[in-house]
Amino acid sequence: MSLGKLTERLLHLVPVLLGVSVIVFLMMALTPGDPVDIMIGDQSVTPEEEQAMREDLGLDLPVHRQFLVFLGNAVQGDFGTSFYHRRPVFDVIVERLPATIELSLVALVIALMTAIPLGVLAAIRRNSILDKMATVGSLLGVSLPGFWFGILLLMLFAVHLQLLPVSGRIGFDSEIEPITHFLLIDTLLRGRPDAFWDALKHILLPAITLGLPMTAILMRVTRTSMLEVMRQDYIVFAEAKGLRRGRILFRHALKNALIPTVSVAAIETGSLLGGNMIVETVFGWPGLGRLVVESVFLRNYPLVQAAVLFYAVTYVLLNFIADLLYTTLNPRVKL
Amino acid sequence: MSQNDILLEVEDLRTVFDTSEGAVRAVDGVDVTVRRGECLGVVGESGSGKSVTFSSVMGLVRAPGRIAGGRIRFDGRDLIGLGPRDMRAIRGRDISMTMQDALTALNPALTVGEQLAEMLNAHDEDLPARGGARRRAIREKSVEMLRLVGIPSPDSRLGQYPHEFSGGMRQRIMIAIALAPGPKLLIADEPTTALDVTIQAQVLELISDIRARLGMSVVLITHDLGVVAEHCDRVMVMYAGQVVEEGATVDVIANPRHPYTRGLLASIPRLSMRGQPIRPIEGQVPNLVGLPPQCRFYSRCPERMDSCLQTVAMRPAGPGRRARCIAIAEEAVA
Repeated sequence: MSLGKLTERLLHLVPVLLGVSVIVFLMMALTPGDPVDIMIGDQSVTPEEEQAMREDLGLDLPVHRQFLVFLGNAVQGDFGTSFYHRRPVFDVIVERLPATIELSLVALVIALMTAIPLGVLAAIRRNSILDKMATVGSLLGVSLPGFWFGILLLMLFAVHLQLLPVSGRIGFDSEIEPITHFLLIDTLLRGRPDAFWDALKHILLPAITLGLPMTAILMRVTRTSMLEVMRQDYIVFAEAKGLRRGRILFRHALKNALIPTVSVAAIETGSLLGGNMIVETVFGWPGLGRLVVESVFLRNYPLVQAAVLFYAVTYVLLNFIADLLYTTLNPRVKL
Repeated sequence: MSQNDILLEVEDLRTVFDTSEGAVRAVDGVDVTVRRGECLGVVGESGSGKSVTFSSVMGLVRAPGRIAGGRIRFDGRDLIGLGPRDMRAIRGRDISMTMQDALTALNPALTVGEQLAEMLNAHDEDLPARGGARRRAIREKSVEMLRLVGIPSPDSRLGQYPHEFSGGMRQRIMIAIALAPGPKLLIADEPTTALDVTIQAQVLELISDIRARLGMSVVLITHDLGVVAEHCDRVMVMYAGQVVEEGATVDVIANPRHPYTRGLLASIPRLSMRGQPIRPIEGQVPNLVGLPPQCRFYSRCPERMDSCLQTVAMRPAGPGRRARCIAIAEEAVA
């Protein structure tokens, strides 16, 4: 894809994001309850002080002006101050982000590494016991609620077997000076394999819980598209060429079958964001998801707004990446 | 005809497809002989078993299909019962195949160069054993093959994908791939059906030309007797899973002995028959499940008799000719 086309596609994202920001803004503007009242709480303030706070937050302006101010600030990365943390929302979010990204990436890797081999195997051993087990397994994977499955895992591996820790990102003994803020990388950079191992043990259960529905979906997609591809003439022709079975499966079939899998994976990565809120809460993972859940309970409006906007931008970008990947993998499609 | 002269000999081949309604006998007792260097035309409607016969020869019949009986001898070797490894070595290297539509037969996600190279890599024994020398040799041979089938500036086109070529070019590329290891037999399954008329002629010329140059045998599967008349030494007409007539192309076309062959010839539009209506064969190919023991063309035959309601075997119908019609025997007796 040419640079011009790429820019064009990116520009298409602007209206979408504008729409999202309107919704995010209205969501908060229309929610019952007055933020200033909440902020004041039990403290006694004079009406003048209250008015000053209102002006400070821009809440005395008409709604459309409030939106423009919100948008203008948002574009500059200014999402206001977190009521609870008394610090800029942006800083609070950035601080929590690496934990969430790390968890999501590990979940994604686990999902891809299980789903693709299982999907291929289920397709080439169609209607075998393995195929049927994979089908039932994927149905369960999609249907089991994350909080429930996560608690089950915790009970088994952390409480009964005591193999893995219950919560958090890393143990006290293993804490290290951050470099990239991704613990799996930092522990290695600092030359602490013991700490790496500790971080890995911490991330395992939440990542599995988070990746389970995605694994299930990707396995189904891979199986279906593999079956579809194996019926194609080019597979018959590859067989007629007398090629090895491995080459036919992995070079001829899988390369085509993975096109839908990769696109779905990119889109599904967006839905990991939603899963993060539940999984991080269950496993006490100090990431953005748990922060958002806490902030909703605290009515920490600016933070929730910023987080929702961040989720929306990420989701839109992931869809864009899905399109890009689809084009790259599929030489027939030109954007 | 000496035994050494025969490249492929199929005897009493039976290929069935197991379905919920019963076993479909797609190929039912077919005999085929292909001599070295000759072009055999195989003609028949869709569902006559012509493609399945040669898929069976290549060992490419997939479940629910299976070879239920018969013998396939190729170049002195029995192919039925050969292990997957030995069969793989024969496919491509000794017997090659092209398919009807090159657009679907070429892998859309791999470059033409890769699809050509993997064929050479799998079968060409003259290449250097490994490393850069092998890669260079494969590339040179690939360019040479594309040039052979008439692709302009072949060197620069190896890196392109199938969709970047025109329909006729794709067909040529598929032929180049099939011929790259220098097979003894090329099975061309409907090589022109998906092409424009002008391109059809070019592709058939190309196949005939290469056959003459490389001295290989060709089986040309088609539903077009016109194509056979122009390019094939001998012809075999199939109907409902059986061979109904075979012989030298000139003889069969000049004097068809089976009513079905006559019907096929009458349904071809010709300039000499201008103004006369084309006469299609009435009716349809019978369902291949649970066929009664009678002539399979009975329901559509304009010349049917009561004596056709019994099993009809192939019988001699002149020098080098055979046909499956009861009327021939009666002529001979009379």
